[in-house]
Amino acid sequence: MPRRLLVPRPPRLLGATRRDLLLGAAALCLPACDSARPRAGFLGAMERFNARLEAALFDEDQLAPEPPAEELTPPGAYPQYFISEMVPVAPANWTLRVGGLVTRPVLLTLEDLQRLPRSGYRLRHHCVEGWSAVASWHGVRVRDLAQAVGASPDARFVEFRSFDSGYWSSWDRPSALHAQTLLAYGMNGAPLPPEHGAPLRLYAAVKLGYKMVKYLTEVNFLPEPTGGYWEDQGYEWYAGV
Amino acid sequence: MSAPDSRRPQPWPIRVAHWVNVPLLVIMAMSGLQILVAYPMLGPQGRPADWYPLQGVPPPEWARLGDWLAGARHWHFAFASLLVLNGAVYVLYLALSGEWRRRLFLPRRDARDAARTLAFYLRLRKHPPSQGLYNGLQRLAYTGALVLGLLAVLSGLVLYKPVQLGALTAALGGYDTARALHLGVLACLALFTLGHVVMVLLHPRSLAEMVTGGRKPDA
Repeated sequence: MPRRLLVPRPPRLLGATRRDLLLGAAALCLPACDSARPRAGFLGAMERFNARLEAALFDEDQLAPEPPAEELTPPGAYPQYFISEMVPVAPANWTLRVGGLVTRPVLLTLEDLQRLPRSGYRLRHHCVEGWSAVASWHGVRVRDLAQAVGASPDARFVEFRSFDSGYWSSWDRPSALHAQTLLAYGMNGAPLPPEHGAPLRLYAAVKLGYKMVKYLTEVNFLPEPTGGYWEDQGYEWYAGV
Repeated sequence: MSAPDSRRPQPWPIRVAHWVNVPLLVIMAMSGLQILVAYPMLGPQGRPADWYPLQGVPPPEWARLGDWLAGARHWHFAFASLLVLNGAVYVLYLALSGEWRRRLFLPRRDARDAARTLAFYLRLRKHPPSQGLYNGLQRLAYTGALVLGLLAVLSGLVLYKPVQLGALTAALGGYDTARALHLGVLACLALFTLGHVVMVLLHPRSLAEMVTGGRKPDA
């Protein structure tokens, strides 16, 4: 014989139980604040506001201070990040392809790049994970490359692609053309080691680490942003420091 | 001092700012701890800060919000601006309404009273000094919490824009120092909140006043 359970009837508000209303309120809030999809709802709107604020705060003339040499991160302690399962190694005939909205698209060998004006900086690296590290980098500034290939003013974004399992990122033009944004082929006075992105990587003072693509194969000057490896998984696209 | 004395203990702008602060601080603390999980050390990479007792220990899962680093950063940045806005409205109201006179710690006026109140709490004195809305020790605590809030915002700005706000970064001793300071401020604010809640439990009328505003002293 089925037993009747003595459960008091929940109070109703306009036909809905209080539980319904609470669930409804929670459901309204969920798409607004969904950590797995931070581009949606309220968090997404605030992220777009934040990106505009970051772009407004960006000052192209503001240079990052160079830390003193004694703050250099000891060899081996500088993190080595890549997406592939093994350290990615460049093919023997490696070249950098520069294209998009440019008057002179080119394929550049490492020797070609080394003939372009050389710049170098010692900079503090800011990782999204919260740590920082110091190294010096030398190579070609993206602004010098943009001038060499005749990048169109319509190219308001620059995309960097790599042979590290297709890792890539796209940047706003002002950050890419910042004086301390380099296509680096050297680190701490020596040729760039494979663990740090050889033969060529992006290095900048004005972005978080995941924006600085290693193992470069392509630089494209584009009219629209194209997202990025981590950016498409939810990390901030602008990611300025 | 006659005008403030005829005020209700807790005018509505104070109450609104106070209660808005509660969920905002909880969200900031929890998403901040989730961010810390990504690198639960305070030194630069390769050189941990040895003075930090919880070096490398991730905060407990129940205290975190945002599921992963990217999600937690979105929560943290989205609600940081609301927290700053609430704090700015509160400080502006304190300044314009004159409420700062009965709430902020003014050393010449409140130092002796604060010492006597502390002596009373430590059972070194039999009777508390007579007090108006707040005693000197309370004023010291609330003013300290405001200073902590300011430090949280300044060190947070350094972590957010260490290059664009380079002067502020240098003033706070660099990026890694600012990160340690940011976590230290959270610990101090958590201790303040704990003490605050204990005192409210001992004096429930103050909770009622923070909800209703309380009665005017002359009513």
